[in-house]
Amino acid sequence: MSEKHWKSVVSQSVCDYFFEAQEKAADVENVPPVISTPHHYLISIYRDKLFFVSVIQTEVPPLFVIEFLHRVADTFQDYFGECSEAAIKDNVVIVYELLEEMLDNGFPLATESNILKELIKPPTILRSVVNSITGSSNVGDTLPTGQLSNIPWRRAGVKYTNNEAYFDVVEEIDAIIDKSGSTVFAEIQGVIDACIKLSGMPDLSLSFMNPRLLDDVSFHPCIRFKRWESERVLSFIPPDGNFRLISYRVSSQNLVAIPVYVKHSISFKENSSCGRFDITIGPKQNMGKTIEGITVTVHMPKVVLNMNLTPTQGSYTFDPVTKVLTWDVGKITPQKLPSLKGLVNLQSGAPKPEENPSLNIQFKIQQLAISGLKVNRLDMYGEKYKPFKGVKYVTKAGKFQVRT
Amino acid sequence: MTDSKYFTTTKKGEIFELKAELNSDKKEKKKEAVKKVIASMTVGKDVSALFPDVVNCMQTDNLELKKLVYLYLMNYAKSQPDMAIMAVNTFVKDCEDPNPLIRALAVRTMGCIRVDKITEYLCEPLRKCLKDEDPYVRKTAAVCVAKLHDINAQLVEDQGFLDTLKDLISDSNPMVVANAVAALSEIAESHPSSNLLDLNPQSINKLLTALNECTEWGQIFILDCLANYTPKDDREAQSICERVTPRLSHANSAVVLSAVKVLMKFMEMLSKDLDYYGTLLKKLAPPLVTLLSAEPELQYVALRNINLIVQKRPEVLKHEMKVFFVKYNDPIYVKLEKLDIMIRLASQANIAQVLAELKEYATEVDVDFVRKAVRAIGRCAIKVEQSAERCVSTLLDLIQTKVNYVVQEAIVVIKDIFRKYPNKYESVIATLCENLDSLDEPEARAAMIWIVGEYAERIDNADELLESFLEGFHDESTQVQLQLLTAIVKLFLKKPTETQELVQQVLSLATQDSDNPDLRDRGYIYWRLLSTDPVAAKEVVLAEKPLISEETDLIEPTLLDELICYIGTLASVYHKPPSAFVEGGRGVVHKSLPPRTASSESTESPETAPAGAPPGEQLDAVPTQGDLLGDLLNLDLGPPVSGPPLAASAVQMGAVDLLGGGLDSLIGAPSFVAPPAAAVPANLGAPMGSGLSDLFDLTSGVGTLSGSYVAPKAVWLPAMKAKGLEISGTFTRQAGTISMDLQLTNKALQVMTDFAIQFNRNSFGLAPAAPLQVHAPLSPTQTVEISLPLSTAGSVMKTEPLNSLQVAVKNNIDVFYFSTLYPLHILFVEDGKMDRQMFLATWKDIPNENEAQFQIRDCPLNAEAVSSRLQSSNIFTVARRNVEGQDMLYQSLKLTNGIWVLAELRIQPGNPSFTVRRPLPPKAPGPLPSCPHACPGWGRPWWGGVGWGIHPGVKKHQDSDLRKLQLSPIKCLR
Repeated sequence: MSEKHWKSVVSQSVCDYFFEAQEKAADVENVPPVISTPHHYLISIYRDKLFFVSVIQTEVPPLFVIEFLHRVADTFQDYFGECSEAAIKDNVVIVYELLEEMLDNGFPLATESNILKELIKPPTILRSVVNSITGSSNVGDTLPTGQLSNIPWRRAGVKYTNNEAYFDVVEEIDAIIDKSGSTVFAEIQGVIDACIKLSGMPDLSLSFMNPRLLDDVSFHPCIRFKRWESERVLSFIPPDGNFRLISYRVSSQNLVAIPVYVKHSISFKENSSCGRFDITIGPKQNMGKTIEGITVTVHMPKVVLNMNLTPTQGSYTFDPVTKVLTWDVGKITPQKLPSLKGLVNLQSGAPKPEENPSLNIQFKIQQLAISGLKVNRLDMYGEKYKPFKGVKYVTKAGKFQVRT
Repeated sequence: MTDSKYFTTTKKGEIFELKAELNSDKKEKKKEAVKKVIASMTVGKDVSALFPDVVNCMQTDNLELKKLVYLYLMNYAKSQPDMAIMAVNTFVKDCEDPNPLIRALAVRTMGCIRVDKITEYLCEPLRKCLKDEDPYVRKTAAVCVAKLHDINAQLVEDQGFLDTLKDLISDSNPMVVANAVAALSEIAESHPSSNLLDLNPQSINKLLTALNECTEWGQIFILDCLANYTPKDDREAQSICERVTPRLSHANSAVVLSAVKVLMKFMEMLSKDLDYYGTLLKKLAPPLVTLLSAEPELQYVALRNINLIVQKRPEVLKHEMKVFFVKYNDPIYVKLEKLDIMIRLASQANIAQVLAELKEYATEVDVDFVRKAVRAIGRCAIKVEQSAERCVSTLLDLIQTKVNYVVQEAIVVIKDIFRKYPNKYESVIATLCENLDSLDEPEARAAMIWIVGEYAERIDNADELLESFLEGFHDESTQVQLQLLTAIVKLFLKKPTETQELVQQVLSLATQDSDNPDLRDRGYIYWRLLSTDPVAAKEVVLAEKPLISEETDLIEPTLLDELICYIGTLASVYHKPPSAFVEGGRGVVHKSLPPRTASSESTESPETAPAGAPPGEQLDAVPTQGDLLGDLLNLDLGPPVSGPPLAASAVQMGAVDLLGGGLDSLIGAPSFVAPPAAAVPANLGAPMGSGLSDLFDLTSGVGTLSGSYVAPKAVWLPAMKAKGLEISGTFTRQAGTISMDLQLTNKALQVMTDFAIQFNRNSFGLAPAAPLQVHAPLSPTQTVEISLPLSTAGSVMKTEPLNSLQVAVKNNIDVFYFSTLYPLHILFVEDGKMDRQMFLATWKDIPNENEAQFQIRDCPLNAEAVSSRLQSSNIFTVARRNVEGQDMLYQSLKLTNGIWVLAELRIQPGNPSFTVRRPLPPKAPGPLPSCPHACPGWGRPWWGGVGWGIHPGVKKHQDSDLRKLQLSPIKCLR
């Protein structure tokens, strides 16, 4: 546990309330994010097996705190490559310096990674060697250039020998499919992540073949909202490096294509300690692309002791403690549909389980944005050089659940 | 070379070693040592002993080292105040450094050192930094003012920092503006009275400009600040909304929610007919839905807020039901919230989907969630009538699963369904009874017992069933015991012959063997009722129950309006106003939604709300006893009267209340704004059929020309309820005398004699002026007509409804009670014609909120006829005008207790419309001595003739809530 106080010091014992709540919630993921204690409120997030807890004394917007905590975790991830207990311990001083730069008296100061990196340089092996030889430090001693400009997300004087701008259009399908195979709910959560390495102050415009698909969009602050409203063009001066340009949602009102189907039959016999398990996966509305990276996860009922299954393809594991069945399927080849069938052993004497397990499905389709979104062109203004440009599409399963 | 090495040196003498290293000459070694100290500090080790040594390292040009020392200082200065002084010089020097980063760092750190002595030295550097040429320093200094205020508020005020801070709102740099706003908001929180954030259209404009340019966090501060502003009219509100809407597309969810708050609040001011209103509604939905795809913690907060939003404006998300469907791996706190919102959005259009989902959820693993899902099915049944049948069959399916907790929840909700739809689904009782033995939770047992008692006549073995519960009577919870007692009494009343023993048993268990006073009292009451008058007992115990209303868990509207102002804050997560939980109640100001305005009425301040809208100030009143009293006094003193001082007697208070609440209830269904009068009599029922429309009625009036309107006699006391005595009657007013015309009929087989009558205390002090004279004994089938003169000198007590009268009639057989409603026009006195001048003066002084309008349709009379017709009921025409072809009649009337009511009657062909206004208290011709409470201050506005009154909005809110509460006591069975 590590702590940092911004206003008056709060005793560590306040965390006991949190641990209490954590104990009460059977699963770590079920710890309520807002906990009240007699004098304070604890707002927490759970990320990468770490809890980030903030103690607040006055009325503040909880979303503000939660967003900030996520931003802290993002920054750690960005700086240390991972956000883990070990990483934080290894870099405790930087963590402290970062926190100091990120928040002042409860007001966030600098949360953009561009600016932070100018203030506090991320640890690299090279730098620590250089530092120890030259005695210089990893703290910048000039004011970050972007901090006060109208474009706080970009630092000045960026220089690259290879100028590149890459965009990843990533779409995730969230869906609930009911027993009979019909779609209860489906929507697409899409993002466009950018990796921009361009010198100087480039001004980009990105246009789409079918911008009308995007009606519910969240923008990175760099995007000029007015241009989007009037012309449906994303016009922006990009931050340097990796960032999320937009995220969008294509809602269930539009037709969301469901690329896979699952045939399933899971049954438990009354008064006997076994059941049958049989699932088959097949392609559907996959726009002629290969569906790969398929994984099926099933939380089996508590009374299941073991499972004895045969996959026609891939491999499966069953964890008898957590009761999680994981089937790593791989690719679907339409000639032979992958299936997994066999017997389920139940605790003898226990009543037949009431609930039917839901199947959680992961998959990936390369070079396809399932919503049909397509980038038309990228133009650059303000700089003379010709950048390399590229767009990649991928569709994945988000929270894709099949009820049985 | 990682920092984890700093954690490993935990051996003894560590401090000593560090001390040596800190004093080393080598810079590198020093820095390493400070890092070790910091690492120890983060894990909570006490390294305060090293204070002087660490502070010594402060004077350095190495920024990293400086920062580390500052970190240390902030943590330990409080425990070592004397030592901390040593650092002051360096701070002051750093504040002059040419590097803005160092200047800002110094002022930032100084503000974090919570030592009084240091803060004194802070003032000068801070003043300079607030005016620094570099915006980075200015914005840091702005935050520092807030820090300093937290340590020493007086100092900040004395030094004039607050004014400087206010000036920074107009700074050229948006980040400085945002931080100044944030600092001022924080300071204002602890000084609710101070007018720190004095917003006006100019400063709002500056904020809106800064909003587009500052960081996401700055945007949140500015939006939250904007939300506290009340635009002067709907145009301004709309233009602010237009400039805020782009924020809905921000990636930061806190920005989105703050923007939603501003919009929800200002929308209140926009007219619903506006195109823009519809556009705005459409724009609100997508960002709210997007919040649901974020991390679960964000989802939770978003859902709590969406819960408020759908209660206030259900239309926003009515098409988005599906996004609230639960995924099996959602955290439980998200699942429960989603379920709640699903029910709120359930409607006839989507009920099939919702039910299918709920049924799915009822087979999940998590017990809490399953229970709530089952309950939700019941709530759907109550909310969407068309779905009730499907809900019941779904519940029955669930009961068949025999999963214990599912069965119990299902029984609890089925009981509610029975109450909502009586005599519809009782066929399922048999299925329920099968599960009697598996019920082990008090609530389910109580529900089952209620069902058995309520439908005892249809369950053959009801006595056996109840008897089986009785065996372990003393081990049951109070809830079950009370229920069992009532159920058995019900059973006894329905099947008296077979269950005498059972009822004896339960009564003695409840009264003699129980220590619970509630149980004992209820037992005694039943016992006495049963032993003295089984008929009365039947009426009490088997009385008709009010139907339960559809939504029992809605947030009370005034609270909801307040919470809407707190969207995005902790208050919105807890659904409680901040005053209910903020530590120490640091003077939390109630916030309220702005009143809806029309642009034409640009009132000078929001307090003087235009007609039709409840004054903003009063909206936020949480209806506690204290507030209520305050409001009443307030209302009483509201108009500019030379009336009684504030410290009026309690009697006066009572009087105010008497009219306030009562009048409200008189209105019944008609709303504040003009219902067609034709609907009034229907709503008020026959005895109240003395409405204005009756006064106009050509056909059924009895004494249309001489004296006031008289309603035909109605049966007040049916013979079967009074052992053969039937009483019907009506009220009249003739030549200044009120009388009650009674018709007594003997439908029994024996002679009736010794009649007497008494009235309960009532709102206008009505009492018999003479004894009830029935001269000869009343023989069977004989009818006698009596006119009983009434006076208004009796004692006064507010009744509900206001014009109800409880009467007791005695004869040689028994005493009988009945209650009736008297028409208010019998209380209109003959000298109710107000002097023209006085009328004019009074009319002007009536505040808008005491005014109401409504229309009377289908009235074929012309002005003269109306005037004379009204005059016969003592409603006098004071003046008459003709404006643009419409006849305007100005009417006045006075009640027996001295209240004046003024009205304007506009007659268009076939469509006269009324304006009724609150009277001023009579100035010169004093109050009537006959009424003890007739003091000038308590005249309340109302229009007796049509049986409804006018009252300020706040009152109405509270009353209507009360009414709702009374109608929906699902929990207290019986």
